[in-house]
Amino acid sequence: MVVYVLRRLALAVVTLFLLTLIVFAISNVLPQDVARAILGPFAPAESVAQLNKQLGTDQPLLVQYWRLLKGIITFDFGTSYQSGQPVTELIGQTLSNSAKLAILALLLTVPLGVVGGIAAALRKGRLADRVIVTLGLAGSAIPEFVTSTFLIFVLGLKLNVLPVLATWPEGSSIGTQAYYLLMPSLALVLVYFGYIARMARAGTIGALEADYTRTATMKGMTRAKVLRTHVLRNALLPTISVVATQTGYLFGGLLAVEVIFNVNGLGRLLVTAAKAKDLPVLSAGVLVIGTIYMVATLLADLLISYLNPRIRLAANA
Amino acid sequence: MTDPMIDPLHDNDSAAAAPVAVDPLAGSDPATAALHVENLEVDFLVRGIPRRVLRGVSFSVRPGESFGLVGESGCGKSTTAYSALGLLPDNGRVAAGRALIAGKDVTSMSSSDLRQVRLNDVSMVYQDPGAALNPTLKIGMQVAEAFTMLGASKAEARDRAFEALRRVRISDPRGVMERYPHQLSGGMQQRVVIAMALANDPKLLVLDEPTTGLDATVEAEVLDLVESLREDTGAAVLLIAHNLGVIRRICDRVGVMYAGKVVEQGRAAEVFDNPSHPYTVGLLRCLPRHGARKNDRRLDTIPGFLPQIGESLPTCVFVDRCPIATDLCRTDAPPVVALGADTSGARFARCHHIDKVAEIAPAGLLDGTDPGAREVEPILRLEGVNVTFHQNRRSIHALVDVNLDLRPGETLGLVGESGSGKTTLAKTILGIQQPDAGSRVVLDGVPLEGSTRKRPQDARRSIQIVFQNPDSALNRAQSVRAILSRALSKLTGITGNEADDRLEVLINHVRLTPRHLDLKPRQLSGGLKQRVAIGRAFAGDPRIVVCDEPTSALDVSVQAAILNLLADLQRDEQSSYVFISHDLGVVRYLSDRIAVLYLGRIMEVGPAADVFAGPHHPYTEALLSAVPSVDGAPETRIRLDGEVPSAAAPPPGCVFHTRCPRRLESGICETEVPPLVEVEPGHRMACHIPLEELRGLQAAETVQA
Repeated sequence: MVVYVLRRLALAVVTLFLLTLIVFAISNVLPQDVARAILGPFAPAESVAQLNKQLGTDQPLLVQYWRLLKGIITFDFGTSYQSGQPVTELIGQTLSNSAKLAILALLLTVPLGVVGGIAAALRKGRLADRVIVTLGLAGSAIPEFVTSTFLIFVLGLKLNVLPVLATWPEGSSIGTQAYYLLMPSLALVLVYFGYIARMARAGTIGALEADYTRTATMKGMTRAKVLRTHVLRNALLPTISVVATQTGYLFGGLLAVEVIFNVNGLGRLLVTAAKAKDLPVLSAGVLVIGTIYMVATLLADLLISYLNPRIRLAANA
Repeated sequence: MTDPMIDPLHDNDSAAAAPVAVDPLAGSDPATAALHVENLEVDFLVRGIPRRVLRGVSFSVRPGESFGLVGESGCGKSTTAYSALGLLPDNGRVAAGRALIAGKDVTSMSSSDLRQVRLNDVSMVYQDPGAALNPTLKIGMQVAEAFTMLGASKAEARDRAFEALRRVRISDPRGVMERYPHQLSGGMQQRVVIAMALANDPKLLVLDEPTTGLDATVEAEVLDLVESLREDTGAAVLLIAHNLGVIRRICDRVGVMYAGKVVEQGRAAEVFDNPSHPYTVGLLRCLPRHGARKNDRRLDTIPGFLPQIGESLPTCVFVDRCPIATDLCRTDAPPVVALGADTSGARFARCHHIDKVAEIAPAGLLDGTDPGAREVEPILRLEGVNVTFHQNRRSIHALVDVNLDLRPGETLGLVGESGSGKTTLAKTILGIQQPDAGSRVVLDGVPLEGSTRKRPQDARRSIQIVFQNPDSALNRAQSVRAILSRALSKLTGITGNEADDRLEVLINHVRLTPRHLDLKPRQLSGGLKQRVAIGRAFAGDPRIVVCDEPTSALDVSVQAAILNLLADLQRDEQSSYVFISHDLGVVRYLSDRIAVLYLGRIMEVGPAADVFAGPHHPYTEALLSAVPSVDGAPETRIRLDGEVPSAAAPPPGCVFHTRCPRRLESGICETEVPPLVEVEPGHRMACHIPLEELRGLQAAETVQA
């Protein structure tokens, strides 16, 4: 197991390294002249040269790349072209907001999706199953900004039970912050419930139809005990990977929800940075999201290998 | 039930008693029988419409008796068993009749009563033991669970699990308890499943194809185990198998099922030696038996197809495929006719014309001449072929110094347990598996590259393959026409009108008709799909066709048709086959020569007749004696114990010595590798025991048996 963890960690580091190369390539090599890209085609050549010098983008690529790598290790990604603030500070603030939203959304979606999926599987083909499957499908098919607007309209304006904007007063407790983040989280629940429920349902149906479940039934077990000891563990293995992949999105891909609910999150920061060609912010942000994605996948793989002896023992061999 | 009556249409002119209609359940007491199935009718809901699957199945299994259900896939064997265990899928329902286990009607009881029956009275063993065990739980926990369900404490359950594993003769039961299912071989997994099934000391043990998918040697061990456990526990057994030999080995009585009905029933020996229903006759004649060879006779087939499920079959269910059917068979349901003097219902057939069954003509005899010229140059020669896999810094020797040749028009059968290297050898010939440096695969005197990609187009065209499973071998999205046309154009470069002409010739060759061309594979039956796969292989006029278990996934009647087709194609096209099968009867039918592999080494190779007649290599001897014969052949006593050793650490000396029942006292087998030497003309063997001594030993055995 230890060997497996180390090997997976090493792989994650390699992937991260590749990610830095890609980020660097996109942000520095593709625009050719960074200052020209920022200042536009009509800026005088001197200004462009000066800006390049100021940004360090006139230096050889290798030097620039080294700077990026050094930045990763020292947590210093320079300053934003746009605001002049240190990038680390900018990312830190937005990441904390994004994390709060993502975690709350996960805490709501995963149990709901898993329970919903299992419930649907147990009533396969019957009304409850159809309702859960259809709702899930509809939820994932409708874009986030539509569901968000709908929620604002119903919960915020008509019923007036939840705050419409996720801007909590300075110094609020965790509870208050969660209260403010509930509506955007619900929008995310609507979107991601379907994915998770579908995986959990498929996994449970597969496990219910498996021969080992029949073996357990033939041992004279009650259905509840069969479910507990034989079905669930096998049923939820595929769901774990899906949750991990979604975690990456939840941290950095939530532009619409962040804009609508006015969450000062990572997604919005990145889009603004991209529009303003604020390369230090952009590359640092992409790397942070990549890291989160990688950590989530790593945790999922470890959990799966812990639950599935086939993988665990093969990894030890 | 029907009263006994004299069949008015048949005069009592023979010496046999007049046909007497009987009650198939006469003499069975529902209250005491281990299993009593009475007029069971089961429907499956398909798109909301109930489709009849069982059409009044009646039989009973007495306490301690073993009863077999045979028949081809789709005849309702498993559905019968599952109905009796309350395990029908959601869309299945019992429409009429009942099934009683130990006197309790399973079809009408509450789910908690059903649980009690499963807990105390009945157990089940399935076809795929790997799937029957939970992959995420340790063996010890899974076996112990069966005992905790019966009320044992945790510690007690573990002790009893250990005992249960010892009882099924698993080696190192303590160690096995700490392992997970995927760490055990198929044979060991099946022993674990049997151990769990016996936990509740069941009155009825249902075995659903328990040895299908296991090697013949492992199958023999499992069957031995089932037999001895049955004697110990006194459990009644319901055995479902498509392998008639397995049924004959284990069962006292047998019911032959067709289209949801038991068409013939009786003592196993009587039914198999003297079948009385046209279907049973057909089923038995499909098998290559009594050493039948492709040059001597064609195999019988059962023309036509099993009726679709839910089809209305008011009279005889077999009428559309019956060679002796008359108008009467289409108007009146056949009576249940007692056979022989016994009118108790123990032996019956559902047929109007049991007196005409003897008239069913067998398939044509062939002249027995061997068209393959013996003394010509081999078309394919393997010289010193080695294949080594590298895994986790270990070397696994899949093939070790294999020397073989294949002559034009001949079939070389490859035989051996799983892991013996048969498939690796086939892949090496095809160029899918790169052999080690120094290995030579020579086609027509020209050495071939190890990889198909590097071989010339002509060599690629010359060597083709037919896979075991046509479902996965054919592209599901394409029509038969597309599949075959593409093979034609890719292999021969022919296009346009000429290709259409060739396509027509090709489908004629594999006995398909033009109307099959526009169908997709899923619209075809298993046998037709395999014909398409064979057609694909033959599209480029190959000289060598590798057949990797081509009939293993097929029913025996379909298997017979495919074997006939392969034999015909070979006779017409002079193609050579490398034929892999675990079914020795099938290998014997089609092969001219046979190579026996063990741990990647050739143990014996020679003319099929010599290899089968003996004297054999001790391994070949063991393989042959492991096969359960439908003819109830003399019970030989060669059994291989233990597992096939790991190819990563093969035993020193003769690799077979760890399991060899004839290992020499002198210790030479443990230390020296026996060379593969010619013991008779064209017959090579790798064994330290001299041929004459083997002959003596093996003859003595046969006399005793």
